[in-house]
Amino acid sequence: MRPALAVPLVVFVVVAIALAVGLGLKPREIPSALIGKPVPTFALEPVQDFGPGLSSEDLKGQVAIVNVFASWCVPCRVEHGLWEEVAKQGIPIYGINYKDTPANASAWLKQLGNPYARTGADRQGRVGIDWGVYGVPETFVVDEHGMIQLKFIGPVDRAALETQILPKVRALQAKAGARPAG
Amino acid sequence: MMAAARGALAVLTFLVLATVALAQGLEPTLPDPVLEARAQELHKVLRCLVCQNQSIHESNAELARDLRNVVRERVAAGDSDAQVLTYVVARYGDWVLLRPPFNAGTMLLWLGPPLILATALLGTGVYFVRSRRSIPDMKPLTSEEQARVAALLGEERQG
Repeated sequence: MRPALAVPLVVFVVVAIALAVGLGLKPREIPSALIGKPVPTFALEPVQDFGPGLSSEDLKGQVAIVNVFASWCVPCRVEHGLWEEVAKQGIPIYGINYKDTPANASAWLKQLGNPYARTGADRQGRVGIDWGVYGVPETFVVDEHGMIQLKFIGPVDRAALETQILPKVRALQAKAGARPAG
Repeated sequence: MMAAARGALAVLTFLVLATVALAQGLEPTLPDPVLEARAQELHKVLRCLVCQNQSIHESNAELARDLRNVVRERVAAGDSDAQVLTYVVARYGDWVLLRPPFNAGTMLLWLGPPLILATALLGTGVYFVRSRRSIPDMKPLTSEEQARVAALLGEERQG
């Protein structure tokens, strides 16, 4: 066979592979612009009856999970139980309550339990915009310097928790622990 | 009969006006029409994160409305167009720009189509040049060949 005849075949294979990879991508998951960047500066009042409030200063000094939730968000209810487990394991988890009413947010935490060490009520959604939030739930892993290291979009299930979020938390904790204090 | 028609007209007028009010009234615009126009031009180049291939100017999503107001705030605060876009890109990445910037990540996106076109043109050119070359050199017919052609053509005319 003449080599020139192989050209269409090669082109076809390259295009087919590119399209196959493209099919597997999730266009709904927009990569965060904030990975490796410090958390945005903010200070929020707590969800009613669930103080203290949450500010960017609270996210420094330890590896933490920040979960953006809302009482009107159905998938948030699904992942809520996992956050209870994570909190029991001693991993600090903070909640940003996105565009909610104080009464609804408070009732939600009373009913389902409160896994969050601190909560912040982002009633206008402006802190959410600073975090690049575009859908709830979203979950961030923040290192001990207050740098965002991971963003997970959508409800966290057990597989995502155990293969993505917890390994990241443990790796960052190990890195933080290995470094001399000071 | 007249009264019923008048009543129907009144209801229709109300409905039309109510729709206009809904479309216009919910979102406060900037008092300065020049700034508002600038903000709206910026809305058109920013992609809505919820409905993906709409701009935030076109989208009804709540987040799009919030972002429109963020853009208005930045414009009112005296930001240049570039500063406003930088502000949004810092939070949501290049993804929010409907016209993505040219950088390492988007090189294939920008250069791909012209590259494919150039390859196709080159391939077509090579094909034609080659096919012309493959025609054997034309030599004038020898006298024998000419005689044969004449005989064959003559045969055809008779037959």
